[in-house]
Order: sequence, then structure tokens, then C-alpha cells
Amino acid sequence: MRFLIYRYDPDKDAKPYMQELELETIREDMMLLDALHELKALDESLSFRRSCQEGVCGSDAMNINGRNGLACITPLDVLKEPVTLRPVPGLPVIRDLIVDMTQFYQQYRNVKPYLIVHDPEPEIERKQTPEERDRLDGLYECILCGCCSTSCPSFWWNPDKFLGPAALLQAWRFLADSRDQAEEERLEALEGPYRLFRCHTIMNCVDVCPKGLDPTNAIGKIKQLMIKRSI
Amino acid sequence: MTIQSRKFDTLIIGAGGGGLRAALQLARADAKVAVVSKVFPTRSHTVAAQGGVNAALANVSPDNWHFHMFDTVKGSDYLGDQDAIEYMCRAAPKVVYELEHFGVPFSRRDDGNIYQRAFGGQSQDYGGDQASRTCAAADRTGHAILHSLYQQNIRARTHFFDEYFALDLIKDEDGYILGALTLDIESGEPLLIEAKTTLIATGGAGQLFRTCTNALINTGDGMAMALRAGVPLQDMEFFQFHPTGIAGKGMLITEGVRGEGGYLVNADGERFMERYAPRAKDLASRDIVSRAISVEIREGRGCGPNKDFVYLKVDHIGADVIKKRLPGIRDLAMTFAHVDPVDSPIPVYPTAHYTMGGIPTNRSGQVVVPEMEGPEEPVPGLYAAGECACVSVHGANRLGGNSLLDILVFGRAAANHIIGHLQEHRYHRQMDKTAIEKALARLKRWEKTGSGESVPELRTELRKVMEEHCGVFREQAVLSTGLEKVKLLKERLQGARLKDQSKIFNTARIEALELENLIDIGIATVASALARTESRGAHSRVDYTERDDASWLKHSLYFHDGRLDYKPVRLKPVTVDPFPLKPRVY
Ligand SMILES: Cc1cc2nc3c(=O)[nH]c(=O)nc-3n(C[C@H](O)[C@H](O)[C@H](O)COP(=O)(O)OP(=O)(O)OC[C@H]3O[C@@H](n4cnc5c(N)ncnc54)[C@H](O)[C@@H]3O)c2cc1C
Ligand code: SF4
Ligand code: SF4
Ligand code: FES
Repeated sequence: MRFLIYRYDPDKDAKPYMQELELETIREDMMLLDALHELKALDESLSFRRSCQEGVCGSDAMNINGRNGLACITPLDVLKEPVTLRPVPGLPVIRDLIVDMTQFYQQYRNVKPYLIVHDPEPEIERKQTPEERDRLDGLYECILCGCCSTSCPSFWWNPDKFLGPAALLQAWRFLADSRDQAEEERLEALEGPYRLFRCHTIMNCVDVCPKGLDPTNAIGKIKQLMIKRSI
Repeated sequence: MTIQSRKFDTLIIGAGGGGLRAALQLARADAKVAVVSKVFPTRSHTVAAQGGVNAALANVSPDNWHFHMFDTVKGSDYLGDQDAIEYMCRAAPKVVYELEHFGVPFSRRDDGNIYQRAFGGQSQDYGGDQASRTCAAADRTGHAILHSLYQQNIRARTHFFDEYFALDLIKDEDGYILGALTLDIESGEPLLIEAKTTLIATGGAGQLFRTCTNALINTGDGMAMALRAGVPLQDMEFFQFHPTGIAGKGMLITEGVRGEGGYLVNADGERFMERYAPRAKDLASRDIVSRAISVEIREGRGCGPNKDFVYLKVDHIGADVIKKRLPGIRDLAMTFAHVDPVDSPIPVYPTAHYTMGGIPTNRSGQVVVPEMEGPEEPVPGLYAAGECACVSVHGANRLGGNSLLDILVFGRAAANHIIGHLQEHRYHRQMDKTAIEKALARLKRWEKTGSGESVPELRTELRKVMEEHCGVFREQAVLSTGLEKVKLLKERLQGARLKDQSKIFNTARIEALELENLIDIGIATVASALARTESRGAHSRVDYTERDDASWLKHSLYFHDGRLDYKPVRLKPVTVDPFPLKPRVY
């Protein structure tokens, strides 16, 4: 199977280039990450992040034949040759398929992604009905892989000002939590032309999320809540 | 060369559940705390935990911590220290309520309380009916806990060093631990972190085995660092094989599947666990279920063309329950086994899962070593918590749902002890230059170029040797050739070379450093297993099939120089009567 892989090591390369690589034997049932490991055994300088190998840690987001995804849960047999691998777009490249995710994490931190409760803590659990808890499904499962935000044109142009779909999904995760008591400060922090309103509902984010989450829907919900509160 | 350095009150190595729980406690007490992790915190392997965390909340079945304690002592095959187990089981409800307050999105019952499911080895009333004690967020409990802890640490302004690799502890001549030398993976530059107290929370070493449920980063780094610093490793022969990894792949299928009503069948369609554990059946403890599966397959009752796995049947519990309570499992089964559990059984096989042994600590997370006279003395400035540590609450076999509990309870306990220590020790000790040189040598060694063996090949061999020589069933001759083979790999590693000498995000170099650690842990594991001539919990010797309390009711201690020593099991709890030794039947 043929691969075309983006290579760049600032320690020795003047500029990035695409390298052609080939794997002779492809086992049935291989995932793209398995293939990358075999390619790395041939050329140990090929660099990428990985850890869990099962789609829960969010390490190995990359651009696979033009589309963002996780290598560990992408079966090889659905990929057209040459399999073209690039770092996820829009963030500075550190080396090969590894990008600097600082801006992505910063936007996550900016939405205060933690439960805020002002009431004193009870000695036991706070109550939450199954229906209230259900509202968090499709939100809390985010693995911060960055596939969504790095496929969002609004994030490419304004990674420092537009929060991006991943962070906005988390903003909604806490707004939607019946236990949270910071609705007003959360909504205020989302005001302005950029932070939330740069989303033009292009839907790339929904398309690529490997966990099947729907940031666009969450963004819509935040907008609705803002409107509801303004009247 | 001059090395950059930073100073903190406390250095925490590891940002999994253990490290982050400790960090949060410290940050909230206004200590200056640095958390170093070789991956971004939420990529730590705690994120993969599925089934849940045990606590006697009694939300579903009548319960109290005494029952939980009994089950844990029995599950440990009496090798667990009963004082530590009492401490953990008593603290459990508080620790879980705290998690809820931190924001963990637990699944809920109709009355609004936390949902609890049935798990293996959990009983009511000291061995009676099955208990539902395992608090769950669907089948993504680890993810829910790790993300919430990271989030609260953001709020508490904990200082994170993401993608920094800890190379070695710094120890001065008086035996004090002064921090650690780390490597900034992105820049390739070393960074010295000085600290008054250092907590190791680096997780397990599942990568020792070819087929495992663990992430690629689980290479036992912290355990190996402790070994090199003169600390022995405790009970390393006890490695848990989880009964239900996806056959041939290793991804975990949580015990929660059986807790929700799933069960195992062999090629004859027989629910065979009824024969091995008439009462608890599929929810007997893990060592027992794993051995039963191995026996079924060995005796020719395995499923599939090669008769090399058994089936986990779940479809009868209904699509609704599967989608609601086990959505992650359904995804995994569809992605990696190509079956939808809603209508087909999942092929499973016992898979390397959990390191029961580790760095010996007391109930406050202080690392303890044997001294001339007494059995143990704290190493000044050094703490350990989580899967890398051995308190010991799991003894010879860990119960499902008790590890998330362990990392939380003892991460927190270690932090509380550190807070006290910091009040008495206000200043950093003088940094020891020669100790830094020693740690730097670990990096320098890989700057040698030329031809030599390759790291990935040696790693593949190690994992194969461990699986073949130190698996579910063990035996004198097989173990001793295994030990020779792993030692030989250690020698061959001296001759290995890196072709990639780039400084920038050099993952080949990280893998080489990890393999050094892993091989040391492999030797500790096989050597301890060879010496223990009895069967207890997960350590099952075909040549010594019985538990031998007269000779072996003791913890093993393996030292870096190959020496083995032993220390007594603490059979006396803190406040209650001891649970007396009994044969273990489920
Ligand atoms: C698939 C799976 C499912 C599980 N399900 C359950 C369950 O349902 N219930 C339960 O109780 N238990 C479960 N367990 C066990 C439990 O999840 C783990 O034992 C526990 O999460 C370990 O936590 P930890 O904090 O000790 O380590 P980890 O979460 O493994 O974290 C280790 C940390 O150390 C860092 N680190 C390691 N080495 C270095 C180094 N050299 N330099 C810098 N940083 C380093 C890593 O980056 C990471 O941040 C499961 C385990 C697995 C594998
Ligand atoms: S829907 Fe909004 S957030 Fe998603 S990709 Fe489009 S612009 Fe970005
Ligand atoms: S929303 Fe989906 S794509 Fe975006 S970071 Fe989370 S898991 Fe990844
Ligand atoms: S390696 Fe963890 S998500 Fe792919």
C-alpha cells in the first residue's frame, strides 16, 4: 500500500516535503495507526502522537486523505491510495504529523470548562434526574482531539478570537448541566462578534468528529439561550 | 552545560487520575505544585477506564464499607494489607461524592442519586448476594473522572508541564529525594524540577505483554525510576489478566457488561462459569474467570475456527440497555471485532490488564523501604500513588472498580500528608550536582551513533517473552528460561542505537527510554514470579497449585540488583476485627 506523508523536522529540513512510503504486506483488519507503526519501524524518524489505540485519548488526530480523523480507528481498507497524511490544518507544525495545540487548549480554557456551583456542598451527591443527566450526553464525551476545530474555516482565520467548535461544545456542556450556577457569566463571556458568532454553520466540525458529537447543534443551543435571555 | 531549572513545593509525575486528584488537593491548599506528564493530561490512561468506581453508597443494594472491605480482602486472596483496605473502603463514599461535586457526570437513578452497577467479586453481607457498588458514568467513567479532575485543576491554576518526560529522580547522599530531571519532549532540552516533595503517579506497565488493554504509554517509568533510586518493587509477580479483552486485539470489554447481565459461553453454547463459580458465576473475581476461560480453550471448547476464544453474550439484555449503559463498548466491539453486541456475541480472551505490584507505600502515600532493623521506613521527600504504587489494597488480585478508587483515595491521602510535610519543611535542600549528572547519563547514552539493534525489535521480543513465559499459568522451567531471556534483552539493549538524533519531538528517543524502564520491570516481574512457589490470586503456578499461607503469606520486594526480600502482610485493620484467612470460593 502506498502512502504520501507530510514530513518536516525543523532541526534538519529547510522546508516541509511530502515523502512517498510503501508497506508491502497489509494485514486484514489493520487500522491506519498500525500502518504508521510499521512505517516507523522502517524509518524511526517518522513522528506522530498516539497512546490508547482505541479512540478514547484523542492523541492521533491527523488529516487523512483530506479529512481530519483519528488514525487508530480509521480502517486501512476504506482508504484510497496513496493514503495522504498531513498534520491537522490551521495549527503550527512542530514536526511531521505533530502540531502545536496550544491555541486549541487555550480556547478550551477560555470557556471555563469546569462546573461552577455557589451553593454550599451537601454531604452526599447533588441530585440530578435521569432526564437532566441525559442532556449531557453527546457533550461530555469530547476527547479534545481537535479534529473539529482544525477543520473549521472560522477557526483557521481567527484561532485566537473564535473559540472554535470544541470549546463551544464544552461551553454548552456546562450551560446544559442542571448543577451549574454560572449561566450568566458564561453567556456574557460568549458575547461579541468573534467568540461565538464567528460560527457560520459550515458544519465541517460535525462531519469529522470521531465521537459523533455535534458542536453545531450545541452552538445553536447557546444562541437560542442568549436570545431567550435577552427578551 | 547549564540546565534550566524550576522550583516548586511539590512535583507530581503523572497526570492520570492519581496525579490530578493529588494536584487538586494541593493546589486548593495553596501549595505550589507542578504536574509533569509525558502526554497532555486528558490523554493519560485513566481516560480509558470504563466500568466504574466502587463505593458503598447503598443507592441500589443495601451496603456499607464493611462489606466492601470483606470483598476486597477476599478478592486480594488475603495478600492485601487490611489496614490500607479499611482506610480505602471507609473513604470511598466521601471520595465519590467529592467527584460528583467536581462535576463528574455520573449516570443517575430515577431518585436522582448516582447509578451503581454490579461488578465482579462484590457481595452483600460478607459473601451473600451480589452487590451493586460500582458508581458509573455510562461505560466512560474514567473519561468522566479524568476530564473533571483536569477541569478543576484548571480552575485551581495548577502548573502543568505537558509533554515533559521524567528521566530520573534526584536523590542526595542523605537519601532525600529533591525532585526529578525531565526532558521537554518538544524542544529536546532537559529541565530540572526541584521540589521539597515528589509524588510518583505514573500508572501501570501493561505494555510488558503483547496483548494488553493498556495504552502505549503505560511503560512503568515511575516504577523503574524508583528501582534505580534504590527502592524495591513490591509484589510484582501479581499481574492481572482481564477475562474479556477483544480476542486477538486486546481492547477491554468492561466487566460492567457482565454486571449488566452479559455472560460467557463456550463452543457448546454452555454458560461455563456456572461450573467454576456456582454462586457468583460470571461475576466471580477476575483471576478465576480468566483461568476458567484459559481452561475451556485448552480443553478444546474454544469458539471460532481455531477454537481460540470464547463468546461474551449480551444481546439478551436488550438494545435499550446496551445503548444507554454500554455505548462505548458497543462502539469498540463494532470498530475492532466487527460485531454489534445488540445482536451478536463478542469474541473475548484473557488479556494483560493491571499491575497489582509497584512502589511500596504506607497509607499516607509515603514510599517505604526496609531498614536495618524495622520492616519499613519512609524515603524522605518521596511519595507514590495510583497504579504505580502498592499500598497494598489489591494484594494478589484486584477487584474491578477498586483501582479508580485506589488512585483517588491515595492520591488524596498523599496530598494531605504532603501538605503537613510542607508546613514543617519550608526550604528546599541543597541540590546535588552529581545526582543530576547521573540522570543526564540516561539521555547521553542515546546520543551514541553507529550500528546497533533497533528499539522496536527488542520491544517486540520482550512482549513476546513475557506473554510466553509469564502469562496466566506459570511454571518453574518456563519462568526461569523467561528470566534468562529478559536479562539477555537487557544486555542487548546496551548495544541498541538511535538513527534519529533530532532534538525536536523525538518520539524514537522516548520509546528507547521507555523500553529501558520496561525491561527492568519485566525482570522484576519474572524474578518475583519464579521465587513464589505457591498459587495465590493472579499468580497461578501449575507446579504449586495451592495457596501456601504457612510460607507465603508475605509481600515480595524486588531490588534493582536482583535481590529478593519479603515483608509481612498487615493483617490487622485500623479499627475493626481482622478478616481471618479462608479458602476463596465464589
Ligand atoms: C481499559 C481499561 C479500563 C479500566 N477500567 C477500570 C474501571 O472501570 N474501574 C477501575 O477501578 N479501574 C479500571 N481500570 C484501571 C484504572 O483505570 C487504572 O489503574 C488507573 O486509571 C491508573 O491511574 P493512574 O493515575 O495511576 O495512572 P495513569 O492514568 O495511567 O496515568 C499515568 C500518568 O503518568 C504519566 N507518566 C508516565 N510515565 C511518565 C514519565 N516518564 N514522565 C512523565 N509522565 C509520565 C502519564 O503521562 C500519565 O499522565 C481500567 C484500566 C484499563 C486499561
Ligand atoms: S459549524 Fe461553526 S464551528 Fe462548525 S465548522 Fe462550521 S463554522 Fe466552524
Ligand atoms: S468535539 Fe469531537 S472532534 Fe471536536 S475535539 Fe471533541 S471529540 Fe474531537
Ligand atoms: S491513540 Fe488514542 S485516540 Fe487514537
